[in-house]
Amino acid sequence: MAITDDVLVIGGGIAACTAALSAAETGARVRLLAHKKSTLRQASGLVDVLGYAGGDGPLSDPYAGLDALPEGHPYHVVGEDGVRAGLRIFDEAVGDAYRGGHTDSNALVMTHGGAVKPTARYPESVAPGLASTSGDMLLVGFAGLTDFDAPVAADHLTAAGVPFSPRGVTVEFPKRFRADAKVTRFAKALDRDEDVDGGTVRSALADTVAEELDGESRVGFPAMLGDDHDEEVRAELSDRLGVPVFEVPTGPPSLLGLKLEDMLFDALDEAGVRISAGNPAVDFEAEDGRVETVVVDQKSRPTPYSADQVVLATGGLVGKGLDSDRESVTEPVFGCHVPHPEDRYDWSEPEAFGDHAFARFGVVPDDELRPTGEDGEPHFENLRAAGGVVGGADVAREKSASGVSLATGAVAGRLAGEEATR
Amino acid sequence: MKKSPSVLVIGGGSTGTGIARDLAMRGLDVTLVEKGNLTHGTTGRMHGLLHSGGRYAVSDQPSAKECIEENRVLRRIAGHCVEMTGGLFVQRPEDSDEYFEKKLEGCRECGIPAEVLSAEEAREIEPYLAKDIKRAIKVPDGAVDPFRLCVANAASAVEHGARIETHSEVTDVLVEDGEVVGVEVTHQTGTGPYVHGEPGEVEEIRADYVVNATGAWAGQIGDLAGVDVEVRPSKGVMTIMNTRQVDTVVNRCRPKGDADIIVPHETTCILGTTDEEVEDPEDYPEEGWEVDLMIETLSELVPMLAEARTIRSFWGVRPLYEPPGTGTEDPTDITREFFLLDHDDRDDLPGMTSIVGGKLTTYRMMAEQISDHVCEKLDVEAECRTADVPLPGSEDFTVLRDYMDDFGLRSPIGRRSAQRLGSRADEVLNSVDPNPVVCECEAVTRAEIQDSLDTAGTELNSVRIQTRASMGNCQGAICCHRMANELAPEYDEETIRASLDDLYQERWKGERHAMWGTQLSQTALKHMLHAATMNRDEDPAAADADIDFAAFDDGGASEGDASGVASGGAVADGGRERTDRADDDALGGADGDN
Ligand SMILES: Cc1cc2nc3c(=O)[nH]c(=O)nc-3n(C[C@H](O)[C@H](O)[C@H](O)COP(=O)(O)OP(=O)(O)OC[C@H]3O[C@@H](n4cnc5c(N)ncnc54)[C@H](O)[C@@H]3O)c2cc1C
Ligand SMILES: Cc1cc2nc3c(=O)[nH]c(=O)nc-3n(C[C@H](O)[C@H](O)[C@H](O)COP(=O)(O)OP(=O)(O)OC[C@H]3O[C@@H](n4cnc5c(N)ncnc54)[C@H](O)[C@@H]3O)c2cc1C
Repeated sequence: MAITDDVLVIGGGIAACTAALSAAETGARVRLLAHKKSTLRQASGLVDVLGYAGGDGPLSDPYAGLDALPEGHPYHVVGEDGVRAGLRIFDEAVGDAYRGGHTDSNALVMTHGGAVKPTARYPESVAPGLASTSGDMLLVGFAGLTDFDAPVAADHLTAAGVPFSPRGVTVEFPKRFRADAKVTRFAKALDRDEDVDGGTVRSALADTVAEELDGESRVGFPAMLGDDHDEEVRAELSDRLGVPVFEVPTGPPSLLGLKLEDMLFDALDEAGVRISAGNPAVDFEAEDGRVETVVVDQKSRPTPYSADQVVLATGGLVGKGLDSDRESVTEPVFGCHVPHPEDRYDWSEPEAFGDHAFARFGVVPDDELRPTGEDGEPHFENLRAAGGVVGGADVAREKSASGVSLATGAVAGRLAGEEATR
Repeated sequence: MKKSPSVLVIGGGSTGTGIARDLAMRGLDVTLVEKGNLTHGTTGRMHGLLHSGGRYAVSDQPSAKECIEENRVLRRIAGHCVEMTGGLFVQRPEDSDEYFEKKLEGCRECGIPAEVLSAEEAREIEPYLAKDIKRAIKVPDGAVDPFRLCVANAASAVEHGARIETHSEVTDVLVEDGEVVGVEVTHQTGTGPYVHGEPGEVEEIRADYVVNATGAWAGQIGDLAGVDVEVRPSKGVMTIMNTRQVDTVVNRCRPKGDADIIVPHETTCILGTTDEEVEDPEDYPEEGWEVDLMIETLSELVPMLAEARTIRSFWGVRPLYEPPGTGTEDPTDITREFFLLDHDDRDDLPGMTSIVGGKLTTYRMMAEQISDHVCEKLDVEAECRTADVPLPGSEDFTVLRDYMDDFGLRSPIGRRSAQRLGSRADEVLNSVDPNPVVCECEAVTRAEIQDSLDTAGTELNSVRIQTRASMGNCQGAICCHRMANELAPEYDEETIRASLDDLYQERWKGERHAMWGTQLSQTALKHMLHAATMNRDEDPAAADADIDFAAFDDGGASEGDASGVASGGAVADGGRERTDRADDDALGGADGDN
């Protein structure tokens, strides 16, 4: 007998979590079917909504750019209300751990390369470091971590004309690790406040940085200030240094992204969403234009899951929600139509940051976010899509990645929940 | 003391650097000019096969004999540039028995050790060979790293007093009284100790003798001197796979054809190739069908290639030469032998000789012959010693040991650095502390990057070529900016940013030929990391317009909520419960399975 729910959400990323939370708000019985960890482990942990549109940007007001987006953009389907609904669900899920909800304006946040970018929500630990606030800044990098070079990042900020003076220093972390140690190892040492010569890691680090401090009113580190005990680590460092301490978002492995993922899954638990993780949806059965069951490959044993409504939130090319070979681009679970240029060489542009077709690959939604076939008709009456699997947006260049996932997740989840509980 | 005669060598490929080394060791005053980096030409775009000679044993026996001879020499003098993988000529059921026998006989005639293996024996060596292969011939093919080889030759030349000028293009050949007396060089932009002139600066370099070792470009230098050099550039594609599906060189045992060889190389394997004549060695079409052909045809030998992941493809042009009047239609029929063209004998233009044709495997022999010729012209009596004196970095074979203990590195890093650096490994790896890994895919540490920066200046592409950093699975997504950071503090932020942009664009060019399947996913990840997370596409620091910072979120300061955490009062958060994160989580790849 198939496991039966009202709404089945396929995927384990920010879009799937949002869709599941949104559907649960309607009172529906919801199940999340996630194969693997999502791209959040690679993402900065920032929630971009819209930073560039129609040649303008950085936009201080993300909503002001919506109309300038190209035809077929998912934001046109969900509208400003959809974007706001997504952010509301996000804000409720993460609570105080994120900032930015007090205003409609974007913040300018620096990332580990030193460039600033417009974003709508940022972790609390990032807040004191906003480039859109004043206050001279000391950035601290570590000789053993190559991803973030503090002096280069500081000069990069200066080149962008920030309204304060930034300065960077490189110091030795109080404890030595293997040459290929990752940020997680540094974070763990701070979490545990491990012993080092003449004290502990936290106090030794604070002493080192205090020597470098020269009147700056805030101090930034790459995002590695603890994992399980991050608030404690940051508070102790701030206390010892006498100025606020902040984190600079980084690339993979991104602790801020991983923490966001944890928070979203905690919120799912709280909302009573059932979670089946570890196995991929591989097939489905349909009748009369409706998806009846989704088949999950459970250790090579096909297991059916049935639901009244299904949300596809399997991600884009990175999350494996889209697949490709030398001839074509496909959506592997339901075989939804994914438009793409015939010639593979037209999938990308010669300029690295050009207007690449691949960046916009994805299913084509109707006005209820149902993936449509070549004929423009929905493939299935009860299948909706959200997040990276939806095409039409170059979320990387627009700085809209998580925002599109939140908005489409919120709307697809709500519609699915309403249908199922009608 | 009498001044030693001076020789100017044009071309910084394997041939040119080999000649510079040979002549410098013989005591001549050598200057080498190269318009790009070393290995800028064909040498940096070849397949990496250290020929046993087997491939030419039927069609071109003189080349085959040269190959086996030099194969042995290179194993002796350049151990750190060579990996003796062994090679197989594999016969499929549809391939002719007669050709198989001819190949075997040819190998024996040329002195190439050759052994027939049954299908089972061959599969014992290479388990992924197709189930239905018939049999194979085993030969001493190997893999050679052209970058290391070329750099080692240049280093040796410098140690013997040669002057090497990269980013210096020959824009004219000086002819006075019917004799070549030197060249005019226009300096290009570039950095490092081997770049001297200012960009655009024109310099005349006079020399007693000029050697044209510009390979596929030899005709262009000929034009500058007013003589015809009939090179017939022929392009070939090579496709790099993500892992080393085979550990032995695998050749198809049938008469010449496209897509008939797989060469294992470090952590990858390279499929090749095609053979198509082109007009211009620098401007020719790179076609998708060539890549498809590699995978389709070679999966007949190794079926798993059909499903495997390709990293990227690149093309090179062979400097084939055909004596005037031969008129061969098909470039695959043109001989692989090399030729010395003395322009005095041929064209009544004394003072210059061109060297064309040949293979990388035979570079040293080519260099020896032309050096003999130059010495004869200049009345210098000196013996060639290049076959006996090892290249820098390869003297001490014991350095190819596991460096894990010495450097606290994990073994693949230590081993691979040691392979790349040869006997310099100790010196280089100990020079920087701490010495973190910069490129995870290829296991390149900071010390090695810093070492290569001595010659590369701000040119990260040259760092990439020397160290292989950014050449792995992730295509530089994770390490391009880390490599750029290594330019600090010597260079300023703007220069670092520009170098990063160049490297990123250069990787992109190569990557585009492999953009499908998992590699496209990887590309999408790279795009997300560099555009979404890092905002490198819209970097405000590079934009013309000023940003109105005050229009953006001030962190709630205006509402009285001071930004972020207050400085006092430690919060004991007690710790959230979370799944433990392993330190060595390889979180970089798009491929969740990594
Ligand atoms: C390197 C990188 C940096 C980023 N930086 C930022 C940033 O700075 N700011 C920002 O706003 N956003 C950023 N993002 C974007 C963001 O993290 C998400 O990728 C995006 O919002 C899409 O989310 P998603 O939930 O649709 O997909 P994904 O995160 O890709 O998740 C897809 C999920 O579906 C699962 N799945 C796939 N197929 C199946 C199947 N058949 N059955 C079951 N489950 C399946 C996967 O295992 C995964 O859990 C970044 C992304 C990347 C990759
Ligand atoms: C597809 C392919 C695969 C191959 N595979 C193998 C193999 O597996 N094994 C093998 O042994 N051989 C192989 N070869 C052959 C081998 O790569 C070449 O024979 C060899 O690299 C040629 O070296 P070179 O120094 O003569 O030429 P190049 O490396 O081309 O050097 C010539 C140099 O001259 C420079 N130059 C040109 N014009 C000027 C100017 N005006 N001023 C200054 N400098 C100038 C160029 O920039 C270039 O760097 C392959 C070739 C191709 C194309």
